[in-house]
Amino acid sequence: MHKFTRTVILGLIASAAFAALISTPAFAQQKVKIGFISTFSGPGGVIGTDMRNSVELALDHLGRKVGGLDTELIYGDDQQKPDVGKQVSDEMVKKHQVNFVAGVIWSNVMLAVAPSVTQAGTFMIGTNAGPHQLAGAGCHEMFFTTSWQNDQTPEAMGKHMQDAGINDVYLMAPNYAAGKDMLTGFKRTFKGRIVGEVYTTVNQPDYQAELAQLRSKNPKAVMVFYPGGMGINFLKQYSEAGLRGQFPLYSVYTVDELTIPAVKHAALGQLETRYWSQDLKNEANVKFVADYRKKYNGKTPSFYGAQSYDGILLIDSAVRAAKGNMADKKGMIAAMRKADFKSTRGKFTYGQNHFPIQNYYLLKAVAGSTPTSDPVMEIQKTVFTNYKDSYGKDCKMKW
Amino acid sequence: MNLVLVAEQTLNGLQLGVMLFLLAAGLTLVFGIMNLVNLAHGALYMVGAYLAAYFYQTTGSFALGVLLGLAGTLVVGIVVELVALRTLYERDHLDQVLATFGLILFFNELIAILWGRSAIYSTLPPYLTGHVELIGSLRYPLYRLVIIGVGLAVAVLLWFVVSRTRLGMLIRAGASNRAMVAALGINIRRLYTIVFGFGAALAGLAGLLAGPIFSVQPGMGELILIQVFVVIVIGGIGSIRGAFAGALIVGMVDTLGRAFLKPALSAIISPAAGDAAGPALASMLIYLLMAAVLAFRPEGLFPSRGS
Amino acid sequence: MVAILLLLAAVPPVAALLHEPFYLDLLRRVMIFAIAAISLNLILGYGGMVSFGHAAYLGIGAYAVGVLSHHGIDNGWLQWGIAIGASALVAAAIGSISVRTSGIYFIMITLAFTQMLYYLGVSIAKYGGDDGMRLNVRSQFSGLIDLNDPAEFYYLVFAILSLFLYLSHRLVNSRFGLVLQATRLNEARTRAIGLSPYPYRLAAFVISGAMCGLAGALLANQTSFLTPEFMNWTRSGELMFMVILGGIATTAGPLLGAAGLLLLEDVLQGWSVLPKWVHEHWQLYLGVILVLVVLYAKRGLAGLLPGNERDD
Repeated sequence: MHKFTRTVILGLIASAAFAALISTPAFAQQKVKIGFISTFSGPGGVIGTDMRNSVELALDHLGRKVGGLDTELIYGDDQQKPDVGKQVSDEMVKKHQVNFVAGVIWSNVMLAVAPSVTQAGTFMIGTNAGPHQLAGAGCHEMFFTTSWQNDQTPEAMGKHMQDAGINDVYLMAPNYAAGKDMLTGFKRTFKGRIVGEVYTTVNQPDYQAELAQLRSKNPKAVMVFYPGGMGINFLKQYSEAGLRGQFPLYSVYTVDELTIPAVKHAALGQLETRYWSQDLKNEANVKFVADYRKKYNGKTPSFYGAQSYDGILLIDSAVRAAKGNMADKKGMIAAMRKADFKSTRGKFTYGQNHFPIQNYYLLKAVAGSTPTSDPVMEIQKTVFTNYKDSYGKDCKMKW
Repeated sequence: MNLVLVAEQTLNGLQLGVMLFLLAAGLTLVFGIMNLVNLAHGALYMVGAYLAAYFYQTTGSFALGVLLGLAGTLVVGIVVELVALRTLYERDHLDQVLATFGLILFFNELIAILWGRSAIYSTLPPYLTGHVELIGSLRYPLYRLVIIGVGLAVAVLLWFVVSRTRLGMLIRAGASNRAMVAALGINIRRLYTIVFGFGAALAGLAGLLAGPIFSVQPGMGELILIQVFVVIVIGGIGSIRGAFAGALIVGMVDTLGRAFLKPALSAIISPAAGDAAGPALASMLIYLLMAAVLAFRPEGLFPSRGS
Repeated sequence: MVAILLLLAAVPPVAALLHEPFYLDLLRRVMIFAIAAISLNLILGYGGMVSFGHAAYLGIGAYAVGVLSHHGIDNGWLQWGIAIGASALVAAAIGSISVRTSGIYFIMITLAFTQMLYYLGVSIAKYGGDDGMRLNVRSQFSGLIDLNDPAEFYYLVFAILSLFLYLSHRLVNSRFGLVLQATRLNEARTRAIGLSPYPYRLAAFVISGAMCGLAGALLANQTSFLTPEFMNWTRSGELMFMVILGGIATTAGPLLGAAGLLLLEDVLQGWSVLPKWVHEHWQLYLGVILVLVVLYAKRGLAGLLPGNERDD
């Protein structure tokens, strides 16, 4: 080809590409843009799907208008990796210029995402991860969560096991930010002997080697934290190895409505602590669970979904209070601090650090209505009432 | 250290070893005979796991799921060979690495389109669940014993095929001198397709065996692929015997390292040193081993004769 | 080549005018990966050493910045100096063993060392382990350059890129570069004229590692966050792909390849004009494109540029 022609062609391609890149649609005023980050691929994908389903249900309940405004929702997949999560959130903030970033399952992803979102002056509404760093000195007025602080749920389990007089406990959790918080929380309220504490690699498929190690320590009870797909593998392998009959298993965030369909009767009798359950009898929750089942052919939502549903309602309450003026960030912060919406957990309040003060219950996986149906999670008793997390005192925020 | 624990961890190492062997056998033959670096071998492992889970679900029979999954992976392997890989045999390793890297992306997305990005969880039929009481208080999952049995049986079968049959003779000849085999009037292209197809089926077998105990998800092949490369490099490229030895070595070193390195370091040096260096060293161990083999004995521990 | 650089230089004012800060970020990312790809092209393209572990130096450079910052040392000169120095040292150690091997063994041994570094990163809880660590303060250059200003950071990366393009061009055409290329084309003849390839290859390997280390330091500042994923083997694969896509052993190739891959990713992924089945499953198309480029477009994007024929 002639050199000149080639240069011209290349120049044309380059300028066309550049023009294409920067031609995004013009700003639309009076519109709420929400970027929702979760995990939609790999073993965490089951959780992301439940969260997205619940977000969509919340939008249905709001007539597809958050705060009465046209709403655009952008979903982003963090692939359960902090660096990917950060890149996705940067893109939402800078490219899509969203008003709220919401979601995030994993605490390590949250630690990468939240600071850069709030520093950019955008709201971060966590709907799962509650790492202690963001509850204490790292709290921020632009950060709210509709879930919990990581330590609280295992604190409730520790209290229950302490009260039940259980001793010689063996602890296991994946080796990442939340895993460490979970075991720290457990040890805060459980004062008995701990015979072993093992951290496994995140998403490692095989626990057989660690289970052999566990057996050799001969504990009186085992307490684990294995969320999502990790829990499915762990519970199946725990049963297969014949440990279920040998060592009673207690868990947090491991047996839930997402893992039960995969492990089925291996979950029966399992105890968990949690702030929410599908059988909570308040008006918002009854409606949420019933409509979720109706919309998603009979599937039962999990707490991941309940929190995400709440997250959209929290945003809705803020936009309404600001009368649709998205620049009124002060007004929206003040509105969200009131937690003035119909939460699926019932009425709750926010602590100084924007983490909920709420009840924690003991749940048990009991047999379903028919012999062939999966076990269901039901509340046994209340462990803590209006329970505050242990880090809020380090938060310097005043309001 | 108690003996039951050592015995159990040895079984775990053996189980990982035979899994790696099933994958390594195909990879090492393709490498040795066609001189092809196939990064997409892990994708066939994934395809096997998905097909078996799918057919198990639709037919309701685990055995039928395994058979159809195996046959399906064989077909996929042959198609991939005919369409894409055939043109790569004469290219240099760089092109092969890149093109097969592209195939990985392609297969992962294809699977994501068909079955979604989330992991799926298949179960075991009742007759394979539960555990067996071995010596003393050692309970071991029945299914994992089955995996070990299947892996060892395949190893024996492969040994028989490679050393006692005409096909095996051609394979051995192909591994040591390709040009000569072709010159003797053997249809080398067909031989390539057969070898690749069976290598793919073995990878599929590993995948469908792994499916019910692990999760089945896009990208599951890459998690294990690198370990398989370590196996064939340690064993010697192109050698089935090497793949078997390498697989068992890697399986054992990895499992026993993860289990005993930390307590061993804690006892010998100090608990703090064990905590800090144990896990790091345990996960690096097989790569250290591979680097050492490459530095001192680049042909591997059991090089295929003549190459 | 000059036209591309001029185009890149014009980006910040245009992006500011259009209120599109994202594209400044994206193109800065492109240029940082281009620097890494230039370093890889030096050994892969000109030296014939197929390193399947080049992401290691990206990681070392990034961690040099991250670890020093973690201990309160934010001086950029020191951070980046150590990033380059540490990468060179590690490259010398890895190179001294691996450069003796060739072919598939070289590919595997470079992969093995990078995997070791990856697991080292995963295991060190002090620096975040698997979770990675945040870079709270970007590298400080005694008030000379402010990396928190997107445009200033952009022009700094641009300057480094231009410098490296020039340096690699000079290096390749120097006596050293010619010997290096000779070892790739015909090792036996190179030996026959009395030159031992080993020191040349090792030197190229170390220079390449050091350059990539600087790219790592830039990347840490770009993302303000670092994880062992920077050293994942798929990242090494991406760098190789950039070199091939752009055109192996060409001066402009790495830049074109990095731009091609990252912009293609952005377009396939996020361009809402395209139908949903394209941007939902963009990796499928990327995979196909990758195979096609390898099979049919040996000279890559640089083959389109005037005066950039592969210099064999």
